[in-house]
Amino acid sequence: MKRSPKDLEESNRVIGRRALVMGGLFLGTSAVLAARMRYLQVERADDFRLLAEENRINIRLLPPERGLIFDRNGVLLAGNEQNYRITLVREDTDDVDAVLAELARIVNLDIARLERARAEIMRRPPFVPVTVADRLSWAELSSVAVNAPALPGVNPEVGLSRVYPLGADFSHVVGYVGPVSDYYIEQTGDTDPVLQIPDFQVGRYNVEARMESELRGRAGTKRVEVNAAGREMRELDRDAAVAGSDVQLTIDAGLQNYVEARLTGESAGAVVMDCADGEILALASAPTFDPNHFVRGISQTQWTALNEDPYRPLANKATQGLYPPGSTYKMIVALAALEAGVFSPEDEINCIGHTELGDRRFHCWQRQGHGRVDLIEAISQSCDVYFYDLAQRVGIEAISAMALRLGCGLRHDLPLSGIAQGLAPTMQWKRRNRGEDWVVGDTLNASIGQGFVLASPLQLAVMTARLATGRIIEPRVVRSVDGVPRSTGTPADLGIPAEHLDLIHRAMWRVNNDRRGTAFGSRVMNEAYLVAGKTGTSQVRNITTAEREAGVIANEDLPWERRDHALYVGYAPFEAPRYAVSVVVEHGGGGAAVAAPIARDILLRAQIGDVPPLELYPVSQRRDIEEMHRRLPILAEPPMPSGRASGPRQAGSDRT
Amino acid sequence: MSFLEYNVASTPAGWRKILHLNWALVLLLVAVAGLGFLMLFSVAGGSMTPWVQPQMQRFGLGLVLMFVVAMVPIWFWRNLSALAYAVSVILLLVVEFFGIVGMGAQRWIDLGFMRLQPSEMTKITLVMVLAAYYDWLDLDKTSRPIFVILPLVLIAVPVLLTLRQPDLGTALLLLMGGGAVMFLAGVHWAYFVGVIAAGVGAVAAVLTSRGTPWQLLQDYQYRRIDTFLDPSSDPLGAGYHITQSQIALGSGGWTGRGFMEGTQSRLNFLPEKHTDFIFTTLAEEFGFVGAVSLLALYILILAFCIYTAMAARDRFASLLVLGIAAAFFLYFAVNMAMVMGLAPVVGVPLPLVSYGGSAMLVLMVAFGLVQSAHVHRPR
Repeated sequence: MKRSPKDLEESNRVIGRRALVMGGLFLGTSAVLAARMRYLQVERADDFRLLAEENRINIRLLPPERGLIFDRNGVLLAGNEQNYRITLVREDTDDVDAVLAELARIVNLDIARLERARAEIMRRPPFVPVTVADRLSWAELSSVAVNAPALPGVNPEVGLSRVYPLGADFSHVVGYVGPVSDYYIEQTGDTDPVLQIPDFQVGRYNVEARMESELRGRAGTKRVEVNAAGREMRELDRDAAVAGSDVQLTIDAGLQNYVEARLTGESAGAVVMDCADGEILALASAPTFDPNHFVRGISQTQWTALNEDPYRPLANKATQGLYPPGSTYKMIVALAALEAGVFSPEDEINCIGHTELGDRRFHCWQRQGHGRVDLIEAISQSCDVYFYDLAQRVGIEAISAMALRLGCGLRHDLPLSGIAQGLAPTMQWKRRNRGEDWVVGDTLNASIGQGFVLASPLQLAVMTARLATGRIIEPRVVRSVDGVPRSTGTPADLGIPAEHLDLIHRAMWRVNNDRRGTAFGSRVMNEAYLVAGKTGTSQVRNITTAEREAGVIANEDLPWERRDHALYVGYAPFEAPRYAVSVVVEHGGGGAAVAAPIARDILLRAQIGDVPPLELYPVSQRRDIEEMHRRLPILAEPPMPSGRASGPRQAGSDRT
Repeated sequence: MSFLEYNVASTPAGWRKILHLNWALVLLLVAVAGLGFLMLFSVAGGSMTPWVQPQMQRFGLGLVLMFVVAMVPIWFWRNLSALAYAVSVILLLVVEFFGIVGMGAQRWIDLGFMRLQPSEMTKITLVMVLAAYYDWLDLDKTSRPIFVILPLVLIAVPVLLTLRQPDLGTALLLLMGGGAVMFLAGVHWAYFVGVIAAGVGAVAAVLTSRGTPWQLLQDYQYRRIDTFLDPSSDPLGAGYHITQSQIALGSGGWTGRGFMEGTQSRLNFLPEKHTDFIFTTLAEEFGFVGAVSLLALYILILAFCIYTAMAARDRFASLLVLGIAAAFFLYFAVNMAMVMGLAPVVGVPLPLVSYGGSAMLVLMVAFGLVQSAHVHRPR
């Protein structure tokens, strides 16, 4: 087709004009693009550089290794073990349910655990790793790793988790750790960033809780470069975590095990102290529970069982339990009276089985009466009437003052949870708390450790240690932290004249070693290991006049919770006291029959350092003792010190 | 003026044609492609695989194709225009029925040795057929409604087919490329005003149809529009691409973070970093200087095309070259605007730089046509 030159000219002119317009559009648009580049890359470069760095760099917390807890001989009581676990990141998988189902096929998860994990995964932001399963075996972890392609979003991880090798024996001393809850953060106001680490554990009970600041250590940080998926590409720098301090307790693991074993079957508390320095060698409460269950997350069933047990395994009877001390309180009354000089220890009082006060009659436990008794006989035979008389002469204020001096009625500062204060009542106390005036009858009740008086086994042990040595023995449960001893000076003198204490010692010796002593059945057949002590039986109910006339119902015939508490305090060896013990058996019946034998066995175990040989027991008891020792859950092998003795450790050492 | 009127004697023939190629344009193309190789090398973490090597082979093949196309007289290509257009429409139909679904869209035909993307091819064949059409049409008839409708149909067929794949980016590019040729051919201003008004209406229709049974776009396309309007609304979801892209660009600063030092691309914060978002890597690693340099290279290429078009003094050649220039411009302008947050994220690659076979080969063929017009220009 042929075109005229005129047409061609016209066409070229049109195209030229339009091309010019289009070229202008090109340039204009390009200018806009260049301006935008300038804006982003020059004017806002710093903002974006910062954002890019934020993208790229992630600060990750490194959990510190929790300090270890040892007994006095270096036996490991609380350690850390490798915990293989599996986490899931929701955003890395398309189908959470399918992945969980596949996972359950590989590692055998129960339905409840799976459901909890699923709920957690859905609740948390999609990029947060959630623990689906923990405490896996190496084999299980490996099979997960092998199946990784079929399990998008699943990561096998290794962490440290608390373990208590001696389990239940130490739950009432060492306590346990547990997960960080919102409630915990609220209660403690703790802002340590380490709490943000998933699955971090904090002390929840006893030494673990009260020495949290020493045991926890300091979190480290590392700055890592991550890619868009959050995967670590390389580490930029790190500030290593500082492990927590190791804590060495004063407890002797072997003795602790024996005491817990000896209390088996009872609802009881017992404390063994070193008389010289107040170090607590055993602090037991029965029944007990396995702290490892709490670390792993206790099941509802287990929790209900522990909570509803009438013997209250979760309560620490040795430190939290308060009991009327009964006749174990009589040494306090005697010392108060001796100090007041209101009587002579040789003075005799005629016990006819009761004493009259106004129209009220106060009974002696020996209904026929003890006849004429002096101080030593009154203690060794536990004559109540004698102390009714003494108490009236000395008054409650002097008695309670003496109780406080001997460590009853005040809170001892130990790193244990919920230590009870007890009560050494005064007139002012009664007015303030009961709104009533103190009456003489209250003093009489207090004189035999009944009425308002309350003490814990810990306080009774402290009292016994102070009585035995005449010094202000303070109880201690921590021996050293990171090998640095928690030093205490030489205990100061109580300021009680030696001749007063000597009377008490002689009376307590007769409790166990005089044919008429209340605990004669719990004597020791070897001079080197002689035990001195005092029994106590405290009522938890009022005995009415009518019942008294009909004949007091025997303990065995009462329902368990209305039976008397059985108590015993004592020390050994008599000539050079080293060990003080207190035993309280809730609703155990009589102190002489129930608590004294337990205390005798514990004191022998402490002195011998092993299960006591039978020749230390009276011949008639040997078969029963042998049988009992066979039956009790005593460790066949005494717990051995672990490889790493708790010598001083370099602060800041990295043990990961 | 038709080919019969060329002064054949003054047109180079045989191997001498090679000397008359626009070698400056060849150098510019090599420079841009070279920049692309560098960036692909960088995003692969300093490796020739998996992207640089195939990209170089394709560029080599593209250069050969360009020379071959350049050797053939431009009038031969005009006569082939209708056929080329028909073939590409048929291929689009083939994709519709037998194509391979990739990235949520049906775009490719697997030829065994490479995957052919007919929609890329269409960008050039549409320009060709329109240029040929206006070469045939008398100038004074250009603006008559009946003669405006025919090119509109020619444009609409491939646009609708690509929309169905769905490939919004290519469809828009086809639409605007075709429109550019009509504009250049001298269709009356009033039509464009009308089209723009209709376009606004269409946008309104698209937006209001959302959520109704006759919804015009796919959900993911709507989300991209949302994200464009407010990228921060969903920084971890749909807005992620554009947010991360801007962070990468901005953190480059004046001179960039250095070759292979771009953290955003190296650590995978950038999506599609070897294809649609490769410009962000360039801007991150070479900074404002690098980004503006690439823009300058592109503008130079456009300038050479416009010069060639003006010198051709042939209606077909001029329209073809200008149409190719417009398509080329739309490619990089839309891509850059997209990664800089000035346009919604539509899948448009950065010409000659982004990894991708079809686009590279089609572009090289297009520049072959430009070279052919250059070689066979009247003297």
